[in-house]
Amino acid sequence: MGTGWASQHNAAWRSTAVTVGTSILAVTIALLAGAVFIAVSGHDPIESYRALWNGAFGSRRAVGETLAASVPYIFGGLSFAIAYRAGMFNIGIEGQMVMGGLAAGLFAGWDLGLPAVVYVPTSMALALLAGGLWGSIAGVLKAATGAHEVITTIMLNYLAFRLLSFTVLETDKHLPVDPQLQATHMAPPEARLPIILSGTRLHAGLIVGILAAILLWYLLFRTTFGYNVRTVGLSRGAAAYAGIRWGSTVVAAMFVSGGMAGLGGGSETIGLLGQQYNSPQGYGFTSIAVGLVGRNHPIGVIAAALVFGVLRSGSNAMQNQVGTSREIVLVLQGLVILAIAGLAASGRIKAWWARRRRTTMPTDEFSNTIGVEPGVTPEL
Amino acid sequence: MVVLTRGRVGRRVAWIVTEQVEVPQPQMAVEMLGIVKRFPGVVANAGVDLSVERGEIHALLGENGAGKSTLMNILMGLIHPDHGKILVHGRDVRFHSPRDAVDAGLGMVHQHFMLIPRFSVTENIILGSEGPGAFIDRQAAEERVAQTAAEYGLVVDPRARVEDLPVGIQQRVEILRVLYQDSNILILDEPTALLTPQEVEDLYRVLNALRDAGRTVIFITHKLREVAAISDRVTVIRRGMTVGTRVTADTTAAELAELMVGRGVSLRVDRTRAHPGEVALQAFDLTMKGRGGVNALDGLSLSVRKGEIVGIAGVEGNGQTELVETLAGLHIPESGTILLGEMDITRDDPVERRRKGLSYIPEDRHHRGLVLPFSLTENMLLGNSEIPPFGDGRRIDYAKTEEITRELMERFDVRAPGPETSAGALSGGNQQKLIIARELFREPAVLLAVQPTRGLDVGAIEFVHSRIVAERDKGRGVLLLSFDLDETLDLSDRILVIYHGKIVGEFSGERVDRAELGLLMGGRVPHGDRVGITT
Repeated sequence: MGTGWASQHNAAWRSTAVTVGTSILAVTIALLAGAVFIAVSGHDPIESYRALWNGAFGSRRAVGETLAASVPYIFGGLSFAIAYRAGMFNIGIEGQMVMGGLAAGLFAGWDLGLPAVVYVPTSMALALLAGGLWGSIAGVLKAATGAHEVITTIMLNYLAFRLLSFTVLETDKHLPVDPQLQATHMAPPEARLPIILSGTRLHAGLIVGILAAILLWYLLFRTTFGYNVRTVGLSRGAAAYAGIRWGSTVVAAMFVSGGMAGLGGGSETIGLLGQQYNSPQGYGFTSIAVGLVGRNHPIGVIAAALVFGVLRSGSNAMQNQVGTSREIVLVLQGLVILAIAGLAASGRIKAWWARRRRTTMPTDEFSNTIGVEPGVTPEL
Repeated sequence: MVVLTRGRVGRRVAWIVTEQVEVPQPQMAVEMLGIVKRFPGVVANAGVDLSVERGEIHALLGENGAGKSTLMNILMGLIHPDHGKILVHGRDVRFHSPRDAVDAGLGMVHQHFMLIPRFSVTENIILGSEGPGAFIDRQAAEERVAQTAAEYGLVVDPRARVEDLPVGIQQRVEILRVLYQDSNILILDEPTALLTPQEVEDLYRVLNALRDAGRTVIFITHKLREVAAISDRVTVIRRGMTVGTRVTADTTAAELAELMVGRGVSLRVDRTRAHPGEVALQAFDLTMKGRGGVNALDGLSLSVRKGEIVGIAGVEGNGQTELVETLAGLHIPESGTILLGEMDITRDDPVERRRKGLSYIPEDRHHRGLVLPFSLTENMLLGNSEIPPFGDGRRIDYAKTEEITRELMERFDVRAPGPETSAGALSGGNQQKLIIARELFREPAVLLAVQPTRGLDVGAIEFVHSRIVAERDKGRGVLLLSFDLDETLDLSDRILVIYHGKIVGEFSGERVDRAELGLLMGGRVPHGDRVGITT
């Protein structure tokens, strides 16, 4: 790696600084606005946040819980990020997680007596495959008919939820499910992701997630496939010029996106819970925020996932110790998304004003690059 | 009475002798005086004068890029001129938005209709002029639409959904909308572009009826035939300047063609005679369907030899874009064959064609040639990502690509802080240099250059031109497509005229009769005989 690297990193640094800055600013704004909500609800914001912090980091167990809570967000954020890079807004992460979790849960629940080194990776691979196929349906629909992925992935979510219900309630004659418990059978220990921090529930899903992020970074920024995905996401015209097939690239990106979500579902099922219950966990929608805060960059996603993990795991302590409703965390999540959209919009408004004053050619080339990493502007 | 006035003649200011007729002048519907509009790097209008009499059909004639649309957008208040004066019915006006223009009685029928397909005819027509209040009296509106339609023979069902209507009828809806807004000055931007000959006849009837009812029509076109068929007077614009106004009945197609394409003054390109070698690129009998079922390419054949620049001359919309995109592999033709040297590349994808030695400078830098948010290094990979040394089809060697980018920036004088700069931050000239650098790096056998200097300043134009000539001298075949006829004439060793998806004429680059060329471009065969038709 010649001298080129230094300078590439220099410029990359500047845009990274702006990007990271925007995310930190968004989270800060959300926390400040959240403080107002806490105050209105009759509690002390500072006390609440302190309790939240201690709840997340106060003990070894707390740290383990926090990291465990971040795991599904890592996968969900990665899922959102790769789809976004291809120009797709994946709202179907929840459904893809369900499909992945169900696949892993059923396979693990069968208790095939396999050794752990075979059983766990196979379960996870099935989770990836199930989520990936579920995600690529939306990709195929988009490529073949132009059906908007926001609509189709929302539909596919409901379909996945119903399929989950049907499987755990009605197929007990054929599959390892328990209709009474409304779940797949509990996975045997050799089919579970091992605990990596003793005395906590933190499982190896965290390692899988971090590896997935690194792999995705490599895929996006070092391979032809990743280049094609990024080109397609930013300029369909240039992609056509370069001979990149839009349709197959979008389908493949949606497969990877769904696959990441599937891994997330699988890691919850055979990691944290041991079985897939008849209820979506609700990580999918928060994952959109994780992707946006992480600027749809695999490494950024890990950081963002940790932030959301902290909020989630600290919220119980906040409710127990100060009495502040843990639902305030949902408000914070919403505020983060609003703040990100708002910051992006402020960039656009600035650009729009500059254009108005110049009253020149109606060009909008640069409007979405102000203050936000290109191609990352939320289309909310 | 003879009057001596100080005025503008093209770019210069000079004394003008005019004969003032004693009869009081008919009042002008529209007067635009000395309109200047600069865009970054381009002067779209460099002093345009236009006077349109009340109750006439006035054609605005000029090649693409001559500044017609800019002028009309200024008149409609869509853009603001840097200098100049606009009078409507003798009153000095300054429009801040299209709303002001509409209030002053102006209405524009755009080339691409501004209709909402799902809405009914009436709903589309009353859009924007619903009047105050929360409710719309649909019945009254429908009646008024039907009445206006009947008045001018604009037969249309007010309740039909616009998406169900053929293009010619949709245009009537556009015209009706303008009439509904009580516009007495109608501007039609290339109104025949999408119409069938039959629909064109119908349009002419409607326009004549409007004129007879005392309305004023400004008809933008680049087709000589249409000027003769419909207009009372015609103003010709060339390179952003008014070059003349004529009474249509007193002029000839030849004179208008000459005014339109101009004579002489152009940027000189230093180049020696071409020494064409063997055939580098050949196309036989290419056919491609275009919009509306008309063949965009209609059995087109051409060839480019090594070491020559072949220019395509033609009025925009005659199949040029389809031709280039078919040659580049963006579309597969319905029939016909493309040979690159000896190789049949008709069914190859763009990547395969690049591997085999084809390079392509696309028309649209921003939407095809570059990904603006990408770095220069990443842009260097566009179309190259699977070709060594950039990549092997699976992985990309970014370090190597950056090294090459750095080197090419030096060699092609791309001015940017470094290869990690995003392409969107570069000036147009530097963006174009980057594309040219990328496309020449592979040392192609054939270079397709489409509008290679569009929107560039003089210095950059010179660089691009000399680069293209240098590539020719290295023995590459160059196919040049430019809508700037002067550029085509300056650079080309051979010129092919395209019309309705076919090559209808060929000229040697040394001696070109511009008037004849202009007529061929307009679909007219000079002197009745088919001159220089190639097979």
